[in-house]
Amino acid sequence: MLVIDSVSKTFNPGTVNEKKALDNVSLSLADGDFATIVGSNGAGKSTLFNAITGSFYVDEGRIILGGDDITYCKEHTRSKVIGHLFQDPLKGTAPHMTIEENMALAYLRASTSRHAYFSRISAKEKAKFREQLSLLDMGLEDRMKQPVGLLSGGQRQALTLLMATMVTPRILLLDEHTAALDPATADKVLALTEKIIAERNITCLMVTHNMHQALSLGNRTLMMDGGRIVFHVSGDERKKLSIDDLLDQFRIRAGKQLDNDRILLSK
Amino acid sequence: MSAIFTLSILQSALELGCIYSLVALALFISFSILNIADLSTDGCFTLGCAVGAMVTLSGHPYLALFAAMGAGICSGFITAFLQTRMGVPSILAGIIVNTGLYTVNIAVMGFSSNVNLFASDTIFSLAKDKVQASWYDSWYKLLIVLAIVLVIGILLSWFLNTRLGLSIRATGDNEHMVRASSINPLFMITVGLCVANALTALSGAILGQYQKSCDINLGTGMVTIALASLIIGETIIGKGGMFQRVIGVILGSCLYRFIVALALRLNVPAEALKLVSAIIVAIAISFPYLKEKSRFYKMRSNNPGINRKEENTNVSH
Repeated sequence: MLVIDSVSKTFNPGTVNEKKALDNVSLSLADGDFATIVGSNGAGKSTLFNAITGSFYVDEGRIILGGDDITYCKEHTRSKVIGHLFQDPLKGTAPHMTIEENMALAYLRASTSRHAYFSRISAKEKAKFREQLSLLDMGLEDRMKQPVGLLSGGQRQALTLLMATMVTPRILLLDEHTAALDPATADKVLALTEKIIAERNITCLMVTHNMHQALSLGNRTLMMDGGRIVFHVSGDERKKLSIDDLLDQFRIRAGKQLDNDRILLSK
Repeated sequence: MSAIFTLSILQSALELGCIYSLVALALFISFSILNIADLSTDGCFTLGCAVGAMVTLSGHPYLALFAAMGAGICSGFITAFLQTRMGVPSILAGIIVNTGLYTVNIAVMGFSSNVNLFASDTIFSLAKDKVQASWYDSWYKLLIVLAIVLVIGILLSWFLNTRLGLSIRATGDNEHMVRASSINPLFMITVGLCVANALTALSGAILGQYQKSCDINLGTGMVTIALASLIIGETIIGKGGMFQRVIGVILGSCLYRFIVALALRLNVPAEALKLVSAIIVAIAISFPYLKEKSRFYKMRSNNPGINRKEENTNVSH
């Protein structure tokens, strides 16, 4: 469960570059909620994610994840329970290390004791990694000793998804994680994402520029503009909503057209 | 070839190559793995030598090696502390520590610029008396340094495959991913630099006992020499498992010593050695790039049609 309680963040305060990136944002997700977020460029979508992961500390408000107040928790501490996928497939894996080694690093989250520092990857873990890789259906289970840098963007993103969910996170943040992939690969990664989320009932926030995805995936849709959540829809109301309705809502709520050079209106 | 390389030259090149390979392994951790240029290497090498020499003088040559490593860890910790907790850029942190170490080193040697160990027992003199055989008399030094380097090499490649080692490697490879994997990159940089500087200092301590003296300027240019060894090693062995790469670095260090020995045989004056080192480093670093470039030129000259077209357009201009 995630509760964001009146969070604000201003970058470069007191300078000409002052920018209020998050303006009194409040949001509450129940366990198993899957919300999509749409919004124009600079609306604060990624900033919201970074506030949750702890890239910076917020100026005001509180962030509570799974009952724990993580507002002032260090980034590497909270990442133990947060899965984060970036748009850039290169960001989620270490290119010069093997698939196996990358997965072992992700699996570190599961260990709670410090003496695990000097242990090596066990045969049991290797078998587990292999089994999980085979679920991707990309043939990666036979390439476990190869450096990740040799994989394609789609393969790397699928691997990152696997790593982010290897230990079930309290929340999964997907920042346009399929936007940099070709359409066929994007579909595959997305299908995989849906499957993993549904199977393990993971709470999830997903930024997308695809209006169709924004309405078809998950159970809630949020719209952001100028660092605020301007529109929020769920349940039956959402089911009846068309892409045109969504765009109309944006025009009404934000007082302007949804301007986004990467927006995708159709499937 | 035998006229150029006598057995004793070969032997001393191997001995020095093994001793200095520990510094190359230190840079392997800081430069290749963590992607940090640790410029405190020069000072840390002298620190290891100075601490090692003083403890050896007091009659504990074995303890000297561990004391030197401890001093190296302290030095590495300070460099790491400056860059991870005080916001000092990594290159500056190294330079600052290096400058400070000069005074520390002088102080360790009792405010004298050199110390000699001719009257003291060293790990070499102690080992020499252990076995009575004529072959042993000429090879014992090499055996000792080889044993030390192999043990360190095996330990290091084992360490780099533990979870802690993996975390250190990932920190240099993709910091984004590391933070998202609940690993503290600042802690990993600190551990990495401590291990690296322990090796640098150990190398200094062994060299001090090997040549039975310690000089305040011993470490000058060490970072360049170690970098040359590291890059020669990585060029000849290339990518591979950790153990393979560690062995590559050790071989690179020995090869570098051969090149220096060759230069000396060709009557290059000793004062010119630093210039020779610098040139070797420049060649070794640019070698992979030049290789790629020559491939391009070869490809282009194999396509004369395209070339001619270019020339024609040039003429018409």
